[in-house]
Amino acid sequence: MAVDIYKYLREDKLPHIWCPGCGHGTILNSLVRAIDQTDIDPDKTVVVSGIGCSGRAPGYLKFDTLHTTHGRAIAFATGIKLANPELNVIVLTGDGDGSAIGGNHLIHGCRRNIDLTVILFNNQIYGMTGGQYSPMTPTGAVATTSPYGNIDQDFDLVDLTRSAGATFVARGATYNPRQMTKLYKEGLEHKGFSFIETLDQCPVNYGRKNNIGGPTEMLDWQKEHTVPASKWEKMPEEEKEGIFPLGVIHRKDDPESEYTARYQQIIDSFAKEDE
Amino acid sequence: MSRYEIRLSGAGGQGMILAGIILAEAALKVDGLNVTQTQSYGPESRGGASRAEVVLNNGIIDYPKVITPDCLLCLTQAAFDKYGSELKEDGVMIVDQRIDISEAAEEVKDNILSLPIMKTATEDVGLTLTANIVVLGVISEIIGNTIPSKNIKEAIKNRVPEKTVEMNMKAFELGQKLKQ
Amino acid sequence: MSKKEAVLLQGDLAVVEGGMAAGAEFFAGYPITPASEIAEGFARELPKVGGKFIQMEDELAGMACAIGGSLSGKKSITATSGPGFSLKQENLGLGIMIEAPVVVVDVQRVGPSTGLPTSPSQGDVMQAKWGTHGDHPIIALSPSSVKEAFDLTVKAFNFAEKYRQPVILLLDEIVGHMREKVILPDADEIEVWDRKRPPADADKENFNPYEWTDDLVPPMPDYGTGFRYHTTGLFHDKTGFPRGTTEDAKKLMDRMTAKIENNLDEIILYDEDIREDDNIVVLSYGSTARSAVSAVNEARENGLNAGWIKLKTIWPFAEEKVSKLAEKANKIIVPELNQGQLIREVERAAKGQAEVVGINRYDGTLIKPEHVLAEIEGVK
Repeated sequence: MAVDIYKYLREDKLPHIWCPGCGHGTILNSLVRAIDQTDIDPDKTVVVSGIGCSGRAPGYLKFDTLHTTHGRAIAFATGIKLANPELNVIVLTGDGDGSAIGGNHLIHGCRRNIDLTVILFNNQIYGMTGGQYSPMTPTGAVATTSPYGNIDQDFDLVDLTRSAGATFVARGATYNPRQMTKLYKEGLEHKGFSFIETLDQCPVNYGRKNNIGGPTEMLDWQKEHTVPASKWEKMPEEEKEGIFPLGVIHRKDDPESEYTARYQQIIDSFAKEDE
Repeated sequence: MSRYEIRLSGAGGQGMILAGIILAEAALKVDGLNVTQTQSYGPESRGGASRAEVVLNNGIIDYPKVITPDCLLCLTQAAFDKYGSELKEDGVMIVDQRIDISEAAEEVKDNILSLPIMKTATEDVGLTLTANIVVLGVISEIIGNTIPSKNIKEAIKNRVPEKTVEMNMKAFELGQKLKQ
Repeated sequence: MSKKEAVLLQGDLAVVEGGMAAGAEFFAGYPITPASEIAEGFARELPKVGGKFIQMEDELAGMACAIGGSLSGKKSITATSGPGFSLKQENLGLGIMIEAPVVVVDVQRVGPSTGLPTSPSQGDVMQAKWGTHGDHPIIALSPSSVKEAFDLTVKAFNFAEKYRQPVILLLDEIVGHMREKVILPDADEIEVWDRKRPPADADKENFNPYEWTDDLVPPMPDYGTGFRYHTTGLFHDKTGFPRGTTEDAKKLMDRMTAKIENNLDEIILYDEDIREDDNIVVLSYGSTARSAVSAVNEARENGLNAGWIKLKTIWPFAEEKVSKLAEKANKIIVPELNQGQLIREVERAAKGQAEVVGINRYDGTLIKPEHVLAEIEGVK
């Protein structure tokens, strides 16, 4: 069935600013399709972002949208959600925005298990500022600030968010938009902190410089370096090196442990006293 | 009354600030009497130096802190060494008996009231922690009807754990007796 | 708390009482001496009235979260001290740019850095004005007593809501931690202002969230009410979207500045006691004002022609008022718990018409009345 994605987009703001071959548009596309598949009210939906290429995404979306400071989107979103738990609050962030400068907010958003849906655009590089390495840039990769190869260890945000208490953790990849839509939908419907990392491609600032090639080759790379989570579980450890599991990685359904629900219990305890 | 300044000094954990708050709350109920309560303390919750101040005045209290105390309490040697030289000419300095006052400045020597505060709290009340309440008993006798003792007792009752009210009343009364 | 009865109230808790009286619904912050009592107070009080409190992972998250609460339509506040105020500057800038009503309390302690955590200072006066990068309007209020802490918290919320503007409430450790006998007003005696929201029948499809209204303060819809509007820290036009033009940048800056500058009569608050013949004026704010008033009273008893003015609004600065004072006075004395911050504004406003002299302490100790008196008497 054809989906009218334009009803969720600010058409007058298009075309977007992203480079040809960038995966951000694919993520946006999958997101609005996912929203369309849920019964969430667009009037009660807020999309929040930080700084960077991903930060511009909310501007194209026809909801209440907030483009904040670098790394802080989850902190702003926490205020929006707690002040009015009726709202569906979506955070769009990048790998630099969400795991470096905003890493602490990510951890504590997970820990609170507040009902936000966080989609992290992981293109493994700081794109907007011209290709500096991020915490997600693989060790050894070349970036403008790692001209001799990146000596930092990259890290796994799926492991991080799961350990920190997120109750829905998944990973998608832009080579598989149908799966992305499915994961986003599940994340949106999940009551609690949902984190969906999305492997994304930056041909201009990453692929080209690391001899992976253009957008098509980068999508091929994704396909070659990912396996379904169910398969990954059964793989011997030595084969897991450099391979990313895709799909729902962790899920715990316990709506009562969600942060705003817990706070509401405190409020209700006072309301009862008054009765 | 005109401006009257009280400074309570001791170590963190001795309840100086609580004693200051209790005095200030007792002063609330006195018609026309204004009160400010301030404090100065270090990073330690226990130990370190702690100082609470209470200023009473029937008029408006502009400067909220003690300039020169009319009534000074020093519960530790360190507090005495630090604050023991500042006192109004006709002021009263209450010090715990264990404090060595041999080095006290000439101009304050005659105003020192050395009392077994810690000993009373530990031995007669049975809890060292009540020393600050013993102190309030002493101060109550010094300031007389400026703040009636029943107000102070009432304020103590409102501030201490319910189970310890009786013990604290005893501490207060023993403090009063120390001064009488 | 039963009203109309004298209570012994701490300054930090007067901020809580004032906030609740002004209709505060949301607090987000991070613990810090000497402001933690404010967080603790809101944590106790807010859920009782259906409001929300949250302790965030750091100071900048506290600022961000409070702004988020405001965008959801709730009256929001955060509180901190100098080190945290430094961290809050980033998101304070966003609050100014998107015109979010929010109250930011800074209970000043001695800095720089960790400084003297439990000692008073007025060292953040310039930071309140210029702490976040770029030119911007700001309102900063500074109480000198527990009662004023209550009153100015109400004002801070009112100004924040009316002008869609972050408002700084600058206490110092003395006012924050001091307890005083106060009688709080009844609810019906307190004027409470709410932000202007677009009417329910507004054309949501063609709504411009940053429209140039006559008062230069655009009506602000709550998130989730169907306006589906965009908010960004980039310079934007009336639609809320960035176009990246120099024209938009200037236009927005000019409007944000003018919405405050056009209302100085309402925003600039001060108390004064200056008689016709007083040729020495002590200008002060915050806890220092207590020593100033005390010194002036004593100087008058000694037959000197001295008066005082106490600024409750520090920013925007009472430039016109001080300029007028300088025309008449020979000398303006400015005691401050810093190396001389607001005195620069006084000098600027005085334009050389009166001698401007500072009394400065920056070691965590209050300026005593005798120091101010000595400076007054120096003229004799």
